[in-house]
Amino acid sequence: MTASRKLSEVAKTIRSKNAGVDKITFDVIFPDRASYDRVRGSGVLSRAAVCGIFSIDPAEITDHVEFDPALAIKFTVYRRIPSGSPGDADVFGSQQYGPLLDIEVPGG
Amino acid sequence: MPASIQHGRSANHTLRIVCPNGHLGFAPIKTGSFRIGCHCDPDLICADSGSCDVGPVPLGADISSSPLQWQVDDLETMLLAARRLGLPMIVGSAGDTGSNSRVDLFVGIIRDLAKKHGLARFRVGYFYSEVSKDVLRRRIAAGDEIAGLDARPPLDLATLDATERVVAMAGIHPYIKLLDEGADVIIGGRSSDCAIFAAPAIRRGFPEGLAYFYGKVLECASFCAEPYGGKESVLGEITMDDVKVTALLLEQRCTIASVAGHAMYERPNPFYEHFLGGHIDMSRCHYEQYDKRTVRVTGPQYVPATELRVKLEGSGKIGERYVGIVGVRDPYTIANIDLVTQWARQQVSERFGDSGGYELHFTVYGRNAILGEREPMKERQAHELGIVVQGIAPTKRMAEEVCMIATRQMFYARLPQVKGTAGGVAFLLDEVMPASPAYRWTLNHTMRLDDPLELFPTFITEVGV
Repeated sequence: MTASRKLSEVAKTIRSKNAGVDKITFDVIFPDRASYDRVRGSGVLSRAAVCGIFSIDPAEITDHVEFDPALAIKFTVYRRIPSGSPGDADVFGSQQYGPLLDIEVPGG
Repeated sequence: MPASIQHGRSANHTLRIVCPNGHLGFAPIKTGSFRIGCHCDPDLICADSGSCDVGPVPLGADISSSPLQWQVDDLETMLLAARRLGLPMIVGSAGDTGSNSRVDLFVGIIRDLAKKHGLARFRVGYFYSEVSKDVLRRRIAAGDEIAGLDARPPLDLATLDATERVVAMAGIHPYIKLLDEGADVIIGGRSSDCAIFAAPAIRRGFPEGLAYFYGKVLECASFCAEPYGGKESVLGEITMDDVKVTALLLEQRCTIASVAGHAMYERPNPFYEHFLGGHIDMSRCHYEQYDKRTVRVTGPQYVPATELRVKLEGSGKIGERYVGIVGVRDPYTIANIDLVTQWARQQVSERFGDSGGYELHFTVYGRNAILGEREPMKERQAHELGIVVQGIAPTKRMAEEVCMIATRQMFYARLPQVKGTAGGVAFLLDEVMPASPAYRWTLNHTMRLDDPLELFPTFITEVGV
């Protein structure tokens, strides 16, 4: 087994975006079935792991799915404040994925 | 048809749509791939022009987030092609928000373009999507709950009173009605993105599951293709059995990964898409590579709603807004930046009181500005900070003063150990700047309807010479 690699080296796409005005959704898309399966199996993007990364409560995650046709792991969280309200600094929700990039994938 | 489009039209009953832009007006159509699309024997040219991504300001202030000239340019590109080819053209959610004024704006642009180019007379259909607050007030009074989406509570009168403008999300119904009435061009108020494309397909008898999926996959144009590149046209074809989508830019392809990847774009879940009248279940969709640039999809299921509920979007004004920008380089000041903003807050409160009807926001770039409490690297100190100050108040004069006090007082913040005593922050500009008024999304709700057309009055007018 190789040493761990960062998720940014394993995944093809890592992005975040508004899903309506009250939620932000995260898509992590893999280039092949093997890396998709490896990350799914590792648990580094499980609900519990996501809660740990963003310091959020499980109840703040509205959806967490593995989407085979796109080789993607996708999860959606409530915003702390609605998009564009004063105090929100990411109107499109497009820069929330940063902390995912450096996740270590075992055997990645 | 260019050789790059390898598949000919299916032998069966088909409908082809070219989509040139996923958010018409927001960034200009790339015309090269659109021209290719126009050579692919399309039946319609359709594009969505709306998004709530742009935040609550445009709906609240009743403005576009797109520059007028870009809207005119995109509409001109579509209109001239549609009239030359004799095809219907549909634009949904006019002018970013789909409010009545944006529909009128787009209808006016179509009228002006028809005149400018001396186009032969044609019929422009349009519909409105705004909902009056009185309608909502009566519903609440009658105990007919305006239900909250995404964990919001039901709409109450206080929130409604604080709302400037509400639009409802139309389904396929006004589009079908206007097509039935012979509209050559349709300018829609706020509507579900997929309805713009599903409407002509359902009207022509294609299965609803496929038709709504067809809309879903086309509505963002080239976002369903790879490599990544927006504002390029894509071609969709629906038959009784499948949906096919083809990238039209020579450098792009639709692949299983790109089309399936787009199925989950900017929605909470890749398996369901909701709209007025029901939803589609995409959990049994099958994707296959049909030819080099085309993906074929089968299997989306339409699930009709048991109760007709329409989505409502509403925006309410908080106040006038000014913005100031400062930077910090002193590591001691950076480490104590909370004391600096606290000082600034205190100076504002000494002038206007603690509950002075204003808001003050400090966005500290370099320290958790973008993720806030969700930032895992909270403790890492940057070597410099950029701070954006927002002062919000009932009047422009007060907002300017709130923002000015807060911004300038950071310069005078009193930190006990600071070495630099000639100014605590670096000014980008020694001024504060007027910004758009501050708004917030007050409605993300649903309301029961008896008739899917009841909130969406339709109109037909003739333009051209």
